[in-house]
Amino acid sequence: MAQYETVEVTTDLLILGGGMAACGAAVEAAYWAKKNGLKVTIVDKAAMDRSGAVAMGLSALNMYVGIKDGENTPEDYVHYVRQDLMGISREDLVYDIARHIDSTVHLLEKWGLPIWKDENGAYVHEGRWQLMINGESYKVIVAEAAKNALTTMGDDAEIYERVFIVDPLMDGDRVAGAVGFSIRDEKFYVFKAKAVMAAMGGAVHVFKPRSTGEGLGRSWYPPFNSGSSAYFTLKAGAEMTCQEVRFIPVRFKDAYGPVGAWFLLFKSRATNALGGEYMVERKEELNNWKPYGLAKPIPANLRNYLGMLDLNEGKGPLYMRTDEAMKAIIESVPEGKERKKKIKEVEAEAWEDFLDMTISQAILWAGSNIYPEKKASEIAPCEPYFIGSHSGASGAWVSGPEDLSPKEYFWGYNRMATVKGLFCAGDASGASSHKFSDGSHVEGRMAAKGALAFIIDNNTQPNVDMAQVEEMKKTILKPLDIYEEHKAFADGEVNPNFIKPMQFMFRMQKIMDEYVGGVSSAFTTNTPSLERALELLEFLKEDSEKLAAEDVHELMRCWENVQRMWQAEAHTRTVLFREETRWPGYYFRADMPKMDEDNWKCFVNCKVDPSTGEWEMTKKDVIPLID
Amino acid sequence: MPSYVIMEKCDGCKGQDKTACMHICPNDLMVLNKETMKAYNRAPEMCWECYNCVKICAQDAMDVRGYADFVPMGASCVPMRGSEDIMWTVKFRDGSLKRFKFPIRTTPEGSAVPDGGWETGTDDLKSPLLFTEPGSLGLPELTTLKK
Repeated sequence: MAQYETVEVTTDLLILGGGMAACGAAVEAAYWAKKNGLKVTIVDKAAMDRSGAVAMGLSALNMYVGIKDGENTPEDYVHYVRQDLMGISREDLVYDIARHIDSTVHLLEKWGLPIWKDENGAYVHEGRWQLMINGESYKVIVAEAAKNALTTMGDDAEIYERVFIVDPLMDGDRVAGAVGFSIRDEKFYVFKAKAVMAAMGGAVHVFKPRSTGEGLGRSWYPPFNSGSSAYFTLKAGAEMTCQEVRFIPVRFKDAYGPVGAWFLLFKSRATNALGGEYMVERKEELNNWKPYGLAKPIPANLRNYLGMLDLNEGKGPLYMRTDEAMKAIIESVPEGKERKKKIKEVEAEAWEDFLDMTISQAILWAGSNIYPEKKASEIAPCEPYFIGSHSGASGAWVSGPEDLSPKEYFWGYNRMATVKGLFCAGDASGASSHKFSDGSHVEGRMAAKGALAFIIDNNTQPNVDMAQVEEMKKTILKPLDIYEEHKAFADGEVNPNFIKPMQFMFRMQKIMDEYVGGVSSAFTTNTPSLERALELLEFLKEDSEKLAAEDVHELMRCWENVQRMWQAEAHTRTVLFREETRWPGYYFRADMPKMDEDNWKCFVNCKVDPSTGEWEMTKKDVIPLID
Repeated sequence: MPSYVIMEKCDGCKGQDKTACMHICPNDLMVLNKETMKAYNRAPEMCWECYNCVKICAQDAMDVRGYADFVPMGASCVPMRGSEDIMWTVKFRDGSLKRFKFPIRTTPEGSAVPDGGWETGTDDLKSPLLFTEPGSLGLPELTTLKK
């Protein structure tokens, strides 16, 4: 067995992850933990300054309610999310984020995030809920506040970077910590905690991406988000929700640059190659998806779907009409000095949108000699992602807050999963879409406070069976052993005794792409395909025992792909269980092509029995919180 | 190959164990070759082109070349990140250049005050009020629903 030193760390609250939700958790936890004499430990697989989905930066804060100025109410936000998710959302969770979000936005501004202001000092909105920012250093600033907060705790707070978390530790039905390994030195970590918060992001590369050469890594959501949260919560035996609600963003094609500013700020149209506007020409189709299809704003998945219908009919490529949008803006200003100034301003805004968050798109435009004021630019649906914080909804089924939630949605502590002591936020918690980056931060704050309240009520260190930990260590390090044992048999990557993580990932992506409605199957699937996918995933699961790693970097890749495989299975099973098509622009169930409000206006939840490995699928009621 | 190291400029962060690019890459792609004392990107096809290695390199020894499988050659985006703003030079395939300068933060580096100067209105861990609320909301109290 690989010789890794075992390092034990004992803490009160263990925060797993380093992105927006985890940093929100850290900043909040530091205050309450210090007050109550508790310890906080945070573990990030990368460097917190630039880890998680906001590692590159962002060009907007997508969630601001503006309660103090009477702009909107949390009720308005609940209506918006309900509508966008075709009726399926946990309104208690959404309301909760909406009533707190402004608090985090105002803090971000104090910490130093440049939020655009108009001449009267009011925030500049991109859309109803979105604020424009100069967000190159968004994550740096958020991490800085988290670290500064933890520093005030002295020795009672610890930050571990470059430690990759694999499995939960359990004490019966209560979470007891987590295990993982350092990706810098040969150490196996055992974190023992009274409460654990999972905030390790969503999942990318479960489905085959459009680019499979060098551009494999150019996913819209980052390739380093590998389903660690979903795997962790499933392995803990937690109930999961909305595992079928993947997200497919329509973005500038190939580099996946943002389109929000073009649609909302610059009022650009999207058309097919013949110049037809699918949102107008295919308006009738929306009747098939009422009431959601007929209300405004039209749900993202239905907007996707109308564009996809054009593509399927051979009317592609689709284009963002940047040229006419810019022309309209420029011509709205009188000719002369003022117009010249406007041109410069709009040009800088357009390029900053990319340079702040998707620099690849700027390279693609520059490499293709695209001047947006002169030429329209291609858009396309990306591959599917699992991102419960955006317009997807996958994540753990968590308790809401006591003062808002109906009894069916409340079991003691805000954001606690169905496993005692396990808390979730950001992409790790489900059915609370459209929280985005800042909403994930504030949800992290809420979850951390809930977790500390749990600790005060359950202030004992759970038991950790060290013999069991030793077994887990063996299993987790096994890919290194398999490689060592068999490497001499054959030269290089091709060896009948093992499978390397990259080929393992390609095999999973091919299954998901072809049978579960990926890009190459036009996001369409049916019962026999889903059943076939499950057969093939079973072989894959068996072969995961033969994953091999040459070094610790590959060991991380092995486990990332096991995590993706669990996300793949949860998704496939849930798509199969839900006997309708509800989000046609995310996936289309060809054998059940209609929405069935009578039978399927509900959540689908799933969980895995940790002792038998059996999956259990259940329906849960959607309980409206407001009219 | 997404991010790459300019051999002539890389000094391996002067023989330290970890280079700056290794420290920052969110996907653990950068490695120091201990023989040549130069860093390299071990898996360009897993690179997100986030530019964090480019921005952090003190030697300007890193750049990005657009993904070979869909980006026509000849373009570049080169950042110069300071403590208050970032300057970008975008070079087009046709040779033309654009320069942009954007602010990155409004406060000195390291100065973020966790509570932003707001106090909490409660000592109760079970209260839904967060540690800066209700002050940071700009409201006298947290909004709730009448059940």
